[in-house]
Amino acid sequence: MIIDKPLKIAIASGKGGTGKTLLSTNLASLLSVERKTLLVDLDVEEPNDLLFIHGKTETVIAQYKMIPEWDESKCTLCGICSNVCNYHAVVQLGTYIAVFKELCHSCYACSELCPTQALPMEKHQMGETTIVTSGHLTLIESRLAVGEEQTVPLIHKTHDLVNQQYRDIPVQIFDCPPGTSCPVVAAAKEADFVVLVSEPTPFGLNDLRLAVETIRKIEKPMGVVINRYGIGDDAMERYCEGAQLPVLAKIPFDKQIAEHYSNGQMVYDKHKGLRSSLQQLIAAIHHAL
Amino acid sequence: MPSDIHKEIVVLSGKGGTGKTSVTASLAVIAGNSAVVADCDVDAANMHLLLQPDFGQTVEFYSGQLAELDQELCTRCGICADICRFNAIPFHEDQYRISSLDCEGCGYCAQVCPTGAITMKERRSGNLYTSRTKAGSTMVHARLDIAAENSGKLVARVKNDAKAIAKSENKQFIIVDGSPGIGCPVVSSLAGACYVLLVTEPTMSALHDLKRVYAVIKRFRIPAGCLINKYDLNEEKSAEIRQFLKEEQIDHLADIPFDPIFSSAMIEQKTIVEVSLPLKHLMEEIWDRINTRLNTKKEAI
Repeated sequence: MIIDKPLKIAIASGKGGTGKTLLSTNLASLLSVERKTLLVDLDVEEPNDLLFIHGKTETVIAQYKMIPEWDESKCTLCGICSNVCNYHAVVQLGTYIAVFKELCHSCYACSELCPTQALPMEKHQMGETTIVTSGHLTLIESRLAVGEEQTVPLIHKTHDLVNQQYRDIPVQIFDCPPGTSCPVVAAAKEADFVVLVSEPTPFGLNDLRLAVETIRKIEKPMGVVINRYGIGDDAMERYCEGAQLPVLAKIPFDKQIAEHYSNGQMVYDKHKGLRSSLQQLIAAIHHAL
Repeated sequence: MPSDIHKEIVVLSGKGGTGKTSVTASLAVIAGNSAVVADCDVDAANMHLLLQPDFGQTVEFYSGQLAELDQELCTRCGICADICRFNAIPFHEDQYRISSLDCEGCGYCAQVCPTGAITMKERRSGNLYTSRTKAGSTMVHARLDIAAENSGKLVARVKNDAKAIAKSENKQFIIVDGSPGIGCPVVSSLAGACYVLLVTEPTMSALHDLKRVYAVIKRFRIPAGCLINKYDLNEEKSAEIRQFLKEEQIDHLADIPFDPIFSSAMIEQKTIVEVSLPLKHLMEEIWDRINTRLNTKKEAI
């Protein structure tokens, strides 16, 4: 088989704390035993993959978004900028133009529609991306700067970096942010297959349903991994059956897994059960595709 | 008597799945009718599963805009697609179309379209509910539409409605369940908070995430307390967390042992304080401590 395009797998969940990071880091590490693998941490608000992958830091890239900056000397106070800004990020206060950068979506409307070029777009750092290698594994972690609020631009920048510079890595795992709204859509949009990790509790099921609807909206094939199998009830399995969602693997609840994870350790190399669940997952993804 | 006397307590964690909602719902049951409850985790709201609100009042929530393109007026000049920074106007089968998933509602395309083929429409982003809970309190909660944007704005709306109700009904407290992370929904939920209750667990990830969310809280200078859930799963990590709390002068409110009752109570659609007497006493103690802290803070100022 000739691989002209990498296989991209997104790990998402809806509810937080169901095992996305555990699954992403262990799956990527296991895959990297035999082939070049890329792991991308897109949970930019709270990235954790780097706590588990120890390797060589290749580079740290500052990530910027573009924000208008007011040039008073060119401004005629015509008011067009504040009129066109739909986010109230550019506001005319008397003879002063205030730019609220946390509200700005970098649409360029104010800057490009200004008749006197008084609002040039300038770089503003929103976070950074760290690249670490460990054997066949490359980890790309993007981290939002504390105080920044918008995650989507940083997620897009990270996809761009992967598409431009890491196309040759055949298997790519994307650890997505929790939730069901714009950040997870931005993170999973590039994927060929989405793995939804959940736990068999009412909270897990409620959020899984929402996540399934979200992934259906972006029309991606998907399957479910039930983590901490045994702690709740069988409502999740019944739901998956009814919704025709394949259950790709079940990871039994085990205090040993929790203990390794809590210490920031890889689990698959110490825990046979998890390793066989991961192998089952890999086979199931291959089968689904 | 001044009407604006309510105190707002926001529950956060950084990392998801540490027990935030189970704790918040328990405090809501203890506070009963003295509090208004707000579920600000609008992205993945769960508190309704424990507090069984009656979804008494529903209103639609509109936020932001969405571009709409009239094919009749479009001359296929492509200016809109060129200026769109979100790649939201793909050219497909001889037509430009607006991709509603990508459109961020900036309106730049509508400004530059030479034939007026693009108009900006208000965008529905979810439902907002005002309910009565089984604890007798009023609860404000929401459901964001699938793949919708602007959860920060919906969070702000949930909070503002909760505040208005607390004011008009003279409630003492607003108890807010926040979202995981540190971004826009979290920042929105912090506006006006008197105290932040952090719920964490003894894992390396949770401590890392706790530090990041606390860095945000610190910027707003809001006093905070922390509860270590499942503390006995890793005693060493719990000690490390306590050390962090000490250094940052965050109140260490309690340690809660790992207990499968969190899951089994959830399956019965109950809060932990309804099914376990020891946990009920512990949560009451935590609630008293938070109250003491809120009152001393007032005296200090």
